[in-house]
Amino acid sequence: MQLIYEQSIDGRRGVRLPASDVPAALPLPAELLRKEAAGLPEVSELDTVRHFTNLSRRNFSVDTHFYPLGSCTMKYNVKATENGAALFNGEHPLLPLLPGGEPHAQGSLALLHGLATSLAEITGMAEVTTQPLAGAHGEMTGIMLIAAYHKAKGNKKRYVIVPDSSHGTNPASAAMVGYEIITIPTAPYGDMDLDAFRAAMNNEVAAVMMTCPNTLGLFNPHIKEICDIAHSFDALCYYDGANLNAIMGKVRPGDVGFDVIHLNLHKTFGTPHGGGGPGSGPVGVKEALVPFLPLPRIVKNDSGFILETTNPASIGRTANFFGNFGVMVKAYAYILLLGREGLIRVSEQAVLNANYIMARLKGHYDLPYDFTCMHECVFSASRQVKQGVHALDIAKYLIDQGYHPPTVYFPLIVKDAIMIEPTETESKATMDLFIQVMIQAAELAESDPGAFAALPATMPVSRLDETRAARSQQVCFAGC
Amino acid sequence: METYFTKEHEWVRMKDGVAAVGISDFAAHQLGDVTFVELPPLGKSVKQFEQFAAIESVKAASDIYAPLSGKIIKINDLLEESPEIVNESPEDAAWIAWLEPSNLDELKNLMTQAQYEEFRGGME
Repeated sequence: MQLIYEQSIDGRRGVRLPASDVPAALPLPAELLRKEAAGLPEVSELDTVRHFTNLSRRNFSVDTHFYPLGSCTMKYNVKATENGAALFNGEHPLLPLLPGGEPHAQGSLALLHGLATSLAEITGMAEVTTQPLAGAHGEMTGIMLIAAYHKAKGNKKRYVIVPDSSHGTNPASAAMVGYEIITIPTAPYGDMDLDAFRAAMNNEVAAVMMTCPNTLGLFNPHIKEICDIAHSFDALCYYDGANLNAIMGKVRPGDVGFDVIHLNLHKTFGTPHGGGGPGSGPVGVKEALVPFLPLPRIVKNDSGFILETTNPASIGRTANFFGNFGVMVKAYAYILLLGREGLIRVSEQAVLNANYIMARLKGHYDLPYDFTCMHECVFSASRQVKQGVHALDIAKYLIDQGYHPPTVYFPLIVKDAIMIEPTETESKATMDLFIQVMIQAAELAESDPGAFAALPATMPVSRLDETRAARSQQVCFAGC
Repeated sequence: METYFTKEHEWVRMKDGVAAVGISDFAAHQLGDVTFVELPPLGKSVKQFEQFAAIESVKAASDIYAPLSGKIIKINDLLEESPEIVNESPEDAAWIAWLEPSNLDELKNLMTQAQYEEFRGGME
């Protein structure tokens, strides 16, 4: 398929504007003018429509196929929530920030406040900021809040503790804020080794970052104990909400001792991911950290919703406007559509589905941590590796069969990991077909391991040379 | 020349009072094709088992820890342009840096070749 730049023909236009019949505005200052043409593709309207329609037909999405990408919670994005987001198209994001603007933006502010209040209730936190633009941004905001808390108390803190099964963004976020990382190994029971954690704890630890359930999809039986130990050193407990879909409505992280949490609205709360998103990573905190929350803060008083814009203790603004507003409308609509009982059923069904897949595939793939799982299960392709077939090869096989591959090679502590998260929105029939294809892949690995080398065979491109792509990067169109 | 190893799969080899360090053959194999090596700054002082470099492969990004305390006196610039050397010759041509060790007693915190082979045998 050609790039749109390669389709460009000099002089071709989509729209030809009539000659202007009004006086020209004052010319722009010379220093603001381009020195050379912008280099835009010259194409007709039909060329443009075909180009983007054909591109979209090559897209793989939850709307087209099963997408069991572990840890990403690729659930169906309810279309009714899109209608909600469309209602706000006319609102300018600067309106509530203009002098006297608040009364004219009460609906939007009420929505943001309503969402934040719902998220605080779901997570057991005192207050939530919706500013962070994605999960990792939420993590960084959360760690900045922790740093502000310790600074205000005069605590001297240097370290952040993370388990070795954590998402890579956890240590990265803590390091960005200036902390050194202490990594705790995973015990045979599938979670952070409690004894190693105890031994590593000291007065200079600022926070412990946990993902619950963890990235093996397992429940940690020692959470309460870990939080209590951390608190006895005045270290705060950070909850990475990536896996909230397993426990939403069942457990409130705030109730078991977590002080700071970030959520991924694009995972748990059913808004689209990535290019179809964008994301949103609200951060919730306990009472002691409320003074440090980003500004502007939406506060409700007798006359309605107002913005608190000054507070010397605050870490300041962390995003333009109010974060990704459209995503928040969809997430709020999702919460209101499902209600309390609906959200509880989400996590119940998500956990049931993951356990179903785990039980059905257990005989065909190694399961290094063999426990009842939560919302996802992690297999190892180690049995297939003996035949020369790796997790990556199985992923390529699945692409040909019409499935988005599960997450592979993560978590790092499982060799040739295959991490499957079906989510609650898939039917038993869909999962049964997927299970059948996974079993076929395991059988092919036994009978004809060499066959995987030629896969995928049905895609516009076959096996990509990932090493060469990473070593000699060429990210620019040759003609530019 | 005796080679010592860490539990994190770095190797260190002494020669004329200075120490060459790199990652083990086992580590290079586990990482898969290496795509980038982040070298430590020349002259930096590091503590034993402190992170001092990083390696990225098609599978993962990994921190590299100093097998001994000391000062970085030489770095292997070749790895910046040709990270594949780490896969081709991890325990020889792909040395990452030379250290001027500050405390040779720390060698007792490391494993000998035989001990390391036994250690990683349990990891397969």
